[in-house]
Amino acid sequence: MAIYLDHAATTPLRQEALEAMLPLLGGTYGNPSSPHSFGRQARKALDEAHERIAARLNCGPRELVLTSGGTEALNLGLKGAAWAGRARGHRIVTTRVEHHAALHALRYLEKFGFEVIELPVDRYGRVDPDDVDAALTERTILVAIGLANNEVGTIQPIAEVGRRILTHAPKGCLFAVDAIAAAPYLPLDVDVLGCDLLAIAAHKFEGPKGVGALYVRKGTTILAQQQGGSQERHRRAGTEDVAGAVGMAVAFDLAAAERDATARKVRKQRDRLKSALLALDGVELTGHPRERLPGLLSVVIGETDGGAVVTKLDLDGIAASVGAACTTGSLEPSHVLTAMGYPEDEARGSLRISIGRTTTDDEIDAALEIVPRVVVSARAAASVLAADPLSEGVLM
Amino acid sequence: MTRTIVAMSGGVDSSVAAALLAQAGEDVVGVWMRLHDVADSVSEFKKSCCSLDAAEDARRVAGQLGIPFYILNLEREFARGVLEPFLAAYQEGRTPSPCIDCNSFVKFGALLGQARRLYDAEFVATGHYARRVTRSDGRAELHRAKDGDKDQTYFLYGLRQDQLAASRFPLGELTKPEVREVARSLGLATAEKPESQGICFVPGGDYREALRERAGWNPKPGAIVDADGTRVGDHAGSAGFTVGQRGGLGVALGAPRYVSRIDPISNTITLGRREDLETTTIELSTVSFVDGGPPSADEFRAEVRIRHRGEPIAGTVRPAESRARPRRWIVETDSPVWAAAPGQAAVLYDGERCLGGGRIEPAATASATSSSTSSATAAVA
Repeated sequence: MAIYLDHAATTPLRQEALEAMLPLLGGTYGNPSSPHSFGRQARKALDEAHERIAARLNCGPRELVLTSGGTEALNLGLKGAAWAGRARGHRIVTTRVEHHAALHALRYLEKFGFEVIELPVDRYGRVDPDDVDAALTERTILVAIGLANNEVGTIQPIAEVGRRILTHAPKGCLFAVDAIAAAPYLPLDVDVLGCDLLAIAAHKFEGPKGVGALYVRKGTTILAQQQGGSQERHRRAGTEDVAGAVGMAVAFDLAAAERDATARKVRKQRDRLKSALLALDGVELTGHPRERLPGLLSVVIGETDGGAVVTKLDLDGIAASVGAACTTGSLEPSHVLTAMGYPEDEARGSLRISIGRTTTDDEIDAALEIVPRVVVSARAAASVLAADPLSEGVLM
Repeated sequence: MTRTIVAMSGGVDSSVAAALLAQAGEDVVGVWMRLHDVADSVSEFKKSCCSLDAAEDARRVAGQLGIPFYILNLEREFARGVLEPFLAAYQEGRTPSPCIDCNSFVKFGALLGQARRLYDAEFVATGHYARRVTRSDGRAELHRAKDGDKDQTYFLYGLRQDQLAASRFPLGELTKPEVREVARSLGLATAEKPESQGICFVPGGDYREALRERAGWNPKPGAIVDADGTRVGDHAGSAGFTVGQRGGLGVALGAPRYVSRIDPISNTITLGRREDLETTTIELSTVSFVDGGPPSADEFRAEVRIRHRGEPIAGTVRPAESRARPRRWIVETDSPVWAAAPGQAAVLYDGERCLGGGRIEPAATASATSSSTSSATAAVA
């Protein structure tokens, strides 16, 4: 049985969430917008889902817009805020290490005259709050920053950024936090974070795929990005995925309740793997050594192709990743590692191992045997292949 | 169990090659090689075998077969082993043979090397129509496919003994209709896919564009001269021509004229009548033999093909240089061959067995040289 160490890509659906969803996938099929008993039954489940998630975010249930996932939550939040703020300005501040769901949504806005400032980060992927300060102008309408990075796990000084925005940003400038990668492990209190918008995705914390949520602070206007019915208080047209919402609510609630214990467990497991990998020649940790997600281990392996390592790990029964889930085989190095100052060749050696709540110690034991062996052999193979990439010499 | 990596292009042939191995319960791993950035264009180049659509097809088939599947990036290896020689050949007035280079340097070169060194695989399998026969002494021979019309040994002649020994051609004993039948019976997603045409990395077939974009080709106008040296017209750049080409010359003379010679140094295209392109002497360079050496050190008899699906012509082969392992050989054919294009392969056979081959060199003096029929294209598998 293969060992799953790619929890940053997605997580297994947890049993409690599945069980809570089943009645909504079966018996309770009403449309929450319908005024009859079937509709009311679905509406009740949907309302409860809102309430349960809101309680864990320290916000009101009506400040939540349920979406089809993290990408939609970010698109709705960022584009919706940008268009709503268009009369006040056109400047948007973000960082170079944001997830493509945020970065590409913002670059899309550039086509319509918005000015997007992508702030640099340090070697560890951290943005300097002073840089945020310096980038704020009277025309700044939105600051969008990820709480934790999905590729290297680095946690941003988000509360400090929030304070800077509060004190220096013009009135009406919104602060959007992408909490998708952070959600399983970091407390998400919207008041502590000081954000106006916040995105989460259920499948990162053992909820179902295809469901996410956007927190929109009360009194904040965003422009809906799809038109249709008046669902989610006019901010997200379309019949709601009630089962998905319920699954997300259960998973989020449990993840939040167990957060400290889960973080402790995965950190311990991660550190065992980390010691084993960093002891190898040519392996270097990427991301911040301390301010990082507890279950995420990211490294670069010198003179080695991370894709080849991931492929061989898969053949040997370990599911890991080079960073973001990429399927097209592009040689394009990770924009995150590039922003952190890694040259193309070094960035290509990236490997991400992400541990989850369900990862067992036995699995880590097995990984401790397999991963270092694969890394060492791939590195040795890479040097032979570099000398004769086209096999022009006789193959042994 | 011995592991085999199957190079899946997303076409029906390699799909069935993978299927046959998977059905036999073997340890099979499917890979799709990303060879160039044309792959970034998803639907624009539907006819190309290398678009991302093709990768999706390969992935789908691997899913149907229940085998692991990966996309491997071999862009740099392809550039070095195939693309750069391809562009250089045109600029030297030769007609390139990218599919041969791809087999020698990418599929059974870079991919096989990675299979061996990175992925614990012993073999690379492809959807080629060819047969590998193991002799009683353990050495591998390359034989023509059972389906003579589909046979692709012309593109595989360059494999060394160690490369051939690590190759598998599951389709060697099948005809194309049988391959389709297998694909249909298994319900493979690619069962009804049409044959791929053209050069996979030159979308739309315009290699002049590729020359301009990738090799910085800056076409320089020059003279078109007739066999006697008379200037009969002008061309817009000699790298745009191929020996044997008839159309597109913008020259009207009494009898049909063909490109007989391309001289990139003087930037001159020489024309000839059909019979001027006939020859019985072909000089070959970079000759390799599948067995490691020639059947005989001085001279031997063989049949030669100077193009894919070309008629085999009997002849005598002898070394053109007096060194230990001659790389230049001369083929004297019993009857004339037409339009032997410099840069294209001449492949040597002993009946069904492919002995090896080399690249055609320009004829020492004017008169006889050339390529495929009347169109200016590189031969493709």
